Amino acid sequence: MIRVLKPIVFLACLVPFGVLLYQFFGLHPTDMTTWGAGLGANPVEALEHGTGDWVLRFLLITLAITPLRQLLRIPSLIRFRRMFGLFAFFYACLHFATYLGLDKFLNVHEILADVVKRKYITVGFAAFVLLVPLAFTSTAGWIRRLGGKRWRALHRLIYASAIAGVIHYLWLVKADIRKPLIYGAILAVLLAYRLFVWLRPKLLPDRVSSGRLTAPTT
Amino acid sequence: MLIKKSDGILSSEITPKDLYLNRRKFLAGASMTAVAAGIGIKELLSPSARAAATEKIEGLQKSPLSTNERITPINTVTHYNNYYEFSTEKEEPAGLAKDFRTRPWTVTIDGHVPKKQKLDIDSLIKFAPPEERIYRLRCVEGWSIVVPWIGFSLSELIKRVQPLGKAKYVQFTSIYDPGQMPGQRRQVLDWPYVEGLRMDEAMHPLTLVCFGMYGETLANQDGAPLRIIVPWKYGFKSAKGIVKISFVEHEPMTTWNIANPHDFGFYSNVNPNVERYHSQAYERRLGEFRPRPTLLFNGYDQVSSLYSGMDLAKNY
Repeated sequence: MIRVLKPIVFLACLVPFGVLLYQFFGLHPTDMTTWGAGLGANPVEALEHGTGDWVLRFLLITLAITPLRQLLRIPSLIRFRRMFGLFAFFYACLHFATYLGLDKFLNVHEILADVVKRKYITVGFAAFVLLVPLAFTSTAGWIRRLGGKRWRALHRLIYASAIAGVIHYLWLVKADIRKPLIYGAILAVLLAYRLFVWLRPKLLPDRVSSGRLTAPTT
Repeated sequence: MLIKKSDGILSSEITPKDLYLNRRKFLAGASMTAVAAGIGIKELLSPSARAAATEKIEGLQKSPLSTNERITPINTVTHYNNYYEFSTEKEEPAGLAKDFRTRPWTVTIDGHVPKKQKLDIDSLIKFAPPEERIYRLRCVEGWSIVVPWIGFSLSELIKRVQPLGKAKYVQFTSIYDPGQMPGQRRQVLDWPYVEGLRMDEAMHPLTLVCFGMYGETLANQDGAPLRIIVPWKYGFKSAKGIVKISFVEHEPMTTWNIANPHDFGFYSNVNPNVERYHSQAYERRLGEFRPRPTLLFNGYDQVSSLYSGMDLAKNY
């Protein structure tokens, strides 16, 4: 079942990228003057916002796997977690590349000034950097190399990255904080679940938690 | 585009009104699908969305204050709008403002004036002959456009109403109507929108009382029926949908300054060296691929004398 689902889900994860590509190159891919026109009046901004939205969404989907598999008792959901996490990284790379290449046009001085002086860029940059070691060590080989305990500890960095990503969004909007707050609220629920699961045995030591799935949560 | 780049400000260089109006026929024609596909904007399939509310303005005069730069296509300017009264999503005001009522419309003149009055907009816009002013407009977010606005210098209106000596500032209040403007149903900003200028800024010939664009009356999503254009300041200073002009003694509390005093100051002159909200050294002219360097006062050096001796970093 998973063998059939995985490629389908993989392709589904690529759809947002496909849509952005299509909107960028339009129906006339060879006519450079029409590039970006499908993305509206400000294509670079549309690409940045479009890719940025999907980084946050895939981070939240990744973080939802553990609660879902525990609450719904579907342990095999774990098989999708790495894929979703790597897609978050994929869209983060697209988002970062759009910023560096199209927005700042590879102006290193401007980019460094942004990272240092604009706090929303500082925190966004941090959110991206935190994902790099996670993508790098996402394979089974690395779980073996690091050992389960250290690997799990390292991969808890996703919490910091997701929080930094929401703050990045919150600090970048001018006045309408609705969307960043919605992402923040969902993130808060997903993190609260983990906090609750972690605290419960400490607060209620008599209660033997039944039905808990094998691997401890990360 | 039908407009060629040129070096001199020759009236023959500026696209005649006919060509602009004929674009509508072109869009409605058989090649509409190809154009829509190439440009990819759904609104093109219903040109009536823009055409419905606008009328041609006759008797336009050219102005030496106009730039000769390439004019931004009207579809960009009418489908990418920061008009939070309607929506905080830039593509939405075009649809949401479609049925916005621009008549009847009165503009209250009050504050330190000999006679407080309520002017009907149709008499206000006749205070001086309509001029076409092709101005750059630079948004604080880092994008810019070039628009052929229509109006006359605010100084013409000010001279008529003869404000008293006590009046040191001009304050603009925009319409508050949550019934027509869904964005005002929540307090994303403190409604109504308020903007202001120092008296000498208001009297400067560049400052425009604006009621038209591209040869027609203003599109609803661009601030119809009346707005102000202050081309050397960030775009949010160019208030839209004005219902009141007040002559006041003290610096007005402006809406964006209230929302975020650190990022948005009263003056908000375009300045690549003063970076409160994001980096301002570069901008993206909509339609261009490469960013371009931002110019002090958006390139309108003639206003620099207004600020001689002022620390523009402190008075941002």
